[in-house]
Amino acid sequence: MSEKPSEPDPSIVPEILPDEEPVTGKVVRPPDENLGDDRRKLERGPAQKPHPEATPVVQVENVSLAFDEPILEDVSFQANEGETVVVVGESGTGKSTILKLLLRLLVPDKGAVLVDGQDIVDLSFNEALKVRQKMGMVFQSAALFDSLTVFENVAYPLREHTELNEEEIEARVREKLEFVDLEPDKVMSQMPAELSGGMRKRVGIARGMANNPEIMLYDEPTSGLDPLTTATITHLIMKLQKELSVTSIVVSHDIRSSFRMGTKIALLADRRIAYFGTPEDMRKQDDEYIGRFLGGY
Amino acid sequence: MRLSGFNDAAKQKVFSLQEYFVLSAKSIGFIFRRPFYTQDVVQQMDAIGVQSLTIILLTGFFTGMVLALQTSVQLATFGATMYVGRLVTATMIRELGPVLAGLMVAGRVGSGIAAQLGSMRVTEQIDALNTLGTDPIKKLVTPRVLAALIMVPVLTIIADVAGIFGGNVIASTYLGLPPSLYWRTVWEQIASGGFTLRYIPVDFVHGLVKPFVFGAIIVTVACYLGLNTKGGTEGVGVSTTRTVVVSSIMILIIDYFITQILLAVL
Repeated sequence: MSEKPSEPDPSIVPEILPDEEPVTGKVVRPPDENLGDDRRKLERGPAQKPHPEATPVVQVENVSLAFDEPILEDVSFQANEGETVVVVGESGTGKSTILKLLLRLLVPDKGAVLVDGQDIVDLSFNEALKVRQKMGMVFQSAALFDSLTVFENVAYPLREHTELNEEEIEARVREKLEFVDLEPDKVMSQMPAELSGGMRKRVGIARGMANNPEIMLYDEPTSGLDPLTTATITHLIMKLQKELSVTSIVVSHDIRSSFRMGTKIALLADRRIAYFGTPEDMRKQDDEYIGRFLGGY
Repeated sequence: MRLSGFNDAAKQKVFSLQEYFVLSAKSIGFIFRRPFYTQDVVQQMDAIGVQSLTIILLTGFFTGMVLALQTSVQLATFGATMYVGRLVTATMIRELGPVLAGLMVAGRVGSGIAAQLGSMRVTEQIDALNTLGTDPIKKLVTPRVLAALIMVPVLTIIADVAGIFGGNVIASTYLGLPPSLYWRTVWEQIASGGFTLRYIPVDFVHGLVKPFVFGAIIVTVACYLGLNTKGGTEGVGVSTTRTVVVSSIMILIIDYFITQILLAVL
């Protein structure tokens, strides 16, 4: 995937910044009368800048799904190229189910799931395997293959789907492990069971991105980690988006890190999307549930 | 209300049976389709075959010894102790070799496969395979099925041979039969059963059809139950136990029907 130009598109930016000069690298919230002056300008990293060309990469349209009881009802949201959409919500609201729908491990009862404009609902098993190759998934438990070394884990998608030779594979694995701040020489020969939780998660990210996917999916990337490791992982997800302009869908209940890395937030409540939009706008919502969910953050 | 509950349960059973057959058919179909996971096959052949060698040798050897011991008592009443070799050979090759090897493999290998795939399921590794664009059936089930199709017959032959040797040990030490006589009766038994296709003793056909089927049953049951593990680590235990129970029972039931069919056909 090529890097997109970073100039803000005049057709988009003025809508977001009605009375401010467009500032490269910063998105400024519209002024809010209720807030003090210092909070009017909310500085955010360049990662959160709206993408100049808003090409939808992932679209979920009016999806409903029920097993024994309804899990999702009329859920819609989309992620444009280079965006990070964080799906937040209480535990047990079907957040992870959304990722399974995107990977087509599950098929919705109603509605459409589009990846790169292609509806993946009616694909055959083998076609679905192809679509999955566009995505890198990071599991909550990292889900490393515990019979394989770290090296073989990260190399797995490369061996499966590319014609790279051994040297190229090793170079790629080293590159990815370095990207996630692990020392290749130290960890490559280790087994997943020998690693700490944070390291395992990082190896999981390295494996997810090994094949240079255009979409990264994260299931609770920061759950069960200490605050420092949480910050590291959040930083990694942002780095991935910034440097490789990957489109990301993150499922999380950690509101703090969600606001740091999300360009859009989708709040799932009571099987529906209660809110979908930028984190800034979310704070301004005059809704009791959202207020409670944010908990003053 | 009660009836609909029963109805649902019945549907569930039929559905899982269908799922099982789909999995088995797919896993066997994938044997002939790329990509071939040769390394996994070799690894599984080691796990299923080589590592089962000790228990198979012990099982075969002691079964042969006890067969010789028991039958000699019965044969002595007819003054036919010299035919102990025939009895041991027929029983080992036709029945006990395949069945006992099957049961031992079900206990040792089936449980291991179910536990491994079950923990891969509960730790999301199966989902991970799926998302990495690999068909778990192709990657995990097919190599195991192929390895079992090769190794269970081999193990059965080893059990047969060990059993016949065990019979010889008892015959020569306890019954005082000279080994030459024992081995002659062994050969007599193999020849007396008749030959199919001119050169293949019927006993061997009986003894080698079964382990193929048993091997396939053990591994597909183990993989099916392992892959469908639910409910965390506790579920892994449940799958493991069920695998051993289901595959053992299936071996005994199917053994009867194979014997019936082979006796009718050959």
